[in-house]
Amino acid sequence: MTQTESETKSASGGRGTLYKGREGMWSWVGHRITGVGIFFFLLVHVLDTSLVRVSPEAYNAVIGAYKHPIMIIGEIGLVGGIVFHAFNGIRIILVDFWKKGTRYHRQMLWGVLIVWAVTMIGFTVRHLMLFLEGWEGF
Amino acid sequence: MATQANPEAVLPAQGIEAPRSGRIDPKYLRSRTSRSNFEMMAWVFMRVSGAALVVLIFVHLWVNLMVGDGIHQIDFSFVAGKWANPVWQFWDLTMLWLAMLHGTNGMRTIINDYAEKDSTRAWLKAILYLSAAVIIILGTMVIFTFEPCLTDEAGNLLEGVAPEFCHGV
Repeated sequence: MTQTESETKSASGGRGTLYKGREGMWSWVGHRITGVGIFFFLLVHVLDTSLVRVSPEAYNAVIGAYKHPIMIIGEIGLVGGIVFHAFNGIRIILVDFWKKGTRYHRQMLWGVLIVWAVTMIGFTVRHLMLFLEGWEGF
Repeated sequence: MATQANPEAVLPAQGIEAPRSGRIDPKYLRSRTSRSNFEMMAWVFMRVSGAALVVLIFVHLWVNLMVGDGIHQIDFSFVAGKWANPVWQFWDLTMLWLAMLHGTNGMRTIINDYAEKDSTRAWLKAILYLSAAVIIILGTMVIFTFEPCLTDEAGNLLEGVAPEFCHGV
């Protein structure tokens, strides 16, 4: 049996490998997707912030779009992506530099998801409360 | 057979070839001294900047969205108030540079992975580097040339726009 065959077999039915199939691969997919999303938001965010050099009115008008209910939902999604990318990034650093990182990489991913969920519950509740307190309607 | 073996892949003590050493194009051999260690530097940078960005961005989100009035407090005078403090100027500048370089290197990796045609890859990376340069330079200039205490033609502070501390000056 070649190495490739054994990897494929174990990836589909068994424990998988560090990178192929299961937790290792899906965390990698998630890291890429959130990374690309954050990158494009960052381009937009620097541009909207740059409007402080145009005029206070221009900045306030554009930043006001972030206070629309639809954008509030979008912000929860954005922060969800950032928080996953952050915690999974710490996991990647541990896989690379911690002696037992590769052995516990699956457990660490579940840890990432649990801490992510707790963080996101806190953020979502607080963000929605603050939004509703200051909301003046449509 | 032995004549085809790459001399660098031969173990000096026993003279035994490393596995597959005779069948690998020399340009893919890891023992080859590479022209630069750019990729290794990039790999290290992703981890160092990533760890720093977790702190920089979490504090950024906390201060802007989780305390005070949250999302509703963000307007011109809020930004002016923050950038009146050199600590926040430095904070945002560091965040801008690290996030843009981290993100650009991540996008570069993804383009290298999926764009198989040489010309497509070159074009995508050219667009990426140009966009990144524009955003980094623009953001840096905005932070350093920002004027928080705007006045009208008569020299009076613009009411409702200038942050509190402008009135004391």
